[in-house]
Amino acid sequence: MELPNINKKKIIKLLSEGKRIDSRNPSDYREISIETDVSNKAEGSARVRIGKTEVIVGVKLDVVTPYADHPDEGTLMVGMEFSPICGERYEVGPPKINAIELSRVVDRGVRESKFIDFKKLCIKEEEKVWSIMIDVYCINDDGNVIDASSLGVVAALQLSKLPIYDEENDQVKYGELSETPIPLTKNIPLAMTFYKVGNNILFDPTRDEEDASEARITMAITSPDKDKIINSMQKGGITPISIEEMNTIIEEAEKIYDKLFPEVEKMVENLK
Amino acid sequence: MTYTKRPDGREMHELRPIRAEVGIIPNADGSALFASGKTVAIAAVYGPKILHPASMRNPEKGIIRCEYNMLPFSVSERARPGPSRRSKEISKVTSNALSSVVDLSRFPNSVVDVQIMILQADAGTRCAGINAASMALAHAGIVMNELVTSVSIGKIDDKIVADITKEEEDWEEGEGPTDIPFTMTSRKNDIVHLQLDGNIPTSRFKESIDASVKACNKILDYQIRALKGEKINENEGKK
Repeated sequence: MELPNINKKKIIKLLSEGKRIDSRNPSDYREISIETDVSNKAEGSARVRIGKTEVIVGVKLDVVTPYADHPDEGTLMVGMEFSPICGERYEVGPPKINAIELSRVVDRGVRESKFIDFKKLCIKEEEKVWSIMIDVYCINDDGNVIDASSLGVVAALQLSKLPIYDEENDQVKYGELSETPIPLTKNIPLAMTFYKVGNNILFDPTRDEEDASEARITMAITSPDKDKIINSMQKGGITPISIEEMNTIIEEAEKIYDKLFPEVEKMVENLK
Repeated sequence: MTYTKRPDGREMHELRPIRAEVGIIPNADGSALFASGKTVAIAAVYGPKILHPASMRNPEKGIIRCEYNMLPFSVSERARPGPSRRSKEISKVTSNALSSVVDLSRFPNSVVDVQIMILQADAGTRCAGINAASMALAHAGIVMNELVTSVSIGKIDDKIVADITKEEEDWEEGEGPTDIPFTMTSRKNDIVHLQLDGNIPTSRFKESIDASVKACNKILDYQIRALKGEKINENEGKK
C-alpha cells in the first residue's frame, strides 16, 4: 500500500532538519519490552514490543532425523507470518514473499552467529537430533517488525527448555519440560535494521517512516569478545545505498549496539 | 591450517575465467549467458508486456518480475524443482537490484519478466544470475540508467578474496568462511544488493567493499564487451 505523498514529504522534510514525526533523533529507538509465557504449550516463548509494534514468538521442539550433510547437528527453522490481525494492509493466505524474506533474514542472523550449539542438539548421530522450530507472529505492525522479531527469537531461545524425551519409545513427552535449556553459546546476536529515507539514515522507524523509506540494511552483530562481528546482512528495497552511506550505517550500528545490547540482555536475564 | 593460498591457485582478488555472451535465446526480447568458472547462469527477458492481474498495475511505473531457478541437475544432490524459500528470496533481491537501474516510468501498467536459470553451480549463483540478467535487460533494449554488476566477496579465514567457489565457501578452518554477495551500479558503484553470512569484524567491512568495487569494475568490462557482440570464453581450450 502506498503512503499518501503528503505524509512522506513531511517525514522527509522533518528529517532534513534532523527531526522525526515523533520527535525522536534519527538513531533513537522506541521503548522496548520483553515478556515471556505467551503460551504454556510452547517450549519457550516471548512477546516483544517496540513502541506500538508487537510480535509474539513461540519455540517448539521435536526429535527428527538429521540432514545427511550434517548428521550430528540439530536443525533450526524460523517461520514468520503477518496475518490480517496486525494491520489493515495484510490479507489472509500463506506467507507472502515479504514474510519469507524477513523470516530468512531473522533465521540467518541466529544461524550465522553460531548462537545455537547445533552439535549439542544431537541425540544419536545420523538418527536422532533435536529440531528447533520457531514461529513468529506479528500482532501489531507499527514498523521495524524485523528487529522486534529477531529480538523475540533470541529471547525465546534463551527462555526455552527441552521437553522430556523418552528414548526407548522414541517419544517426546510434550508438557513435561526438563531443566535443560537449549544449548546456546555466548555469541548472542543483535539484529539492527537501518532505513534510508530521502538522504537520511534512521533507526527503528514507525510504520509511516518505514513506508517513506526506499531501502534498508539489516545486520546481526555479535560481540563475544572485544570485536564487533557482523554475522549476517541483507539489503532490502530498490533504492541504492552509496558506499559512504554504508560506512555511516556500520558506525551507527556499532554505537547503537553498545547501548541497546546490554539493555535487552538485562531484560532477558530478568525473565529467566 | 591457515588459508594462505586459494585452492584453485588464483590470486586473492583474481576472478575465475569468465564466459559472457548475449542473444543466446532467440525467442526472448533479450538474453545472456554469464559464467564464472564452473558457475553457469543464463537469463532471458520478455517484455514489457501488460501486467496481470489488473489490480497490480501502476499507471506511473512498471515492474520487473524475476524468477531465479536453480535446475535440479545443477548441484551434486538433485535439487527439488520449483520455487523454494531460498529461490523466492533470491528472486526478490535480484528483482530489487535490477529495478534500481531500470527506468520503470517508461512502461506504466506493464511488467518486464526476467527468467534466470542456473545450469551449473559452484557458488556465486545469485551473482552470476544478476550479471546475466543485467546484460539480458540491456540486450532487450530496456532503458537503464546504468548496468549492475555482481560478485561474491569472501572472507576465508582472515583473507578477503573475490569470486569464491563452493570449496572456499565450505572452508571451516581458522575463522571459517564468510560469503558477501554484492551488486553495484556500474557508474557510481552504489550498493543495490548486499547479503552476508558468516563473520567479519565491523572494522574490516570496508575492505570487502573495496574488493567488491575492484571486482565489479572488472566484470563490467566483460558485460560491456559481450553486449557489443563479443563471445567471451576464457575457459576455451581448458577442461
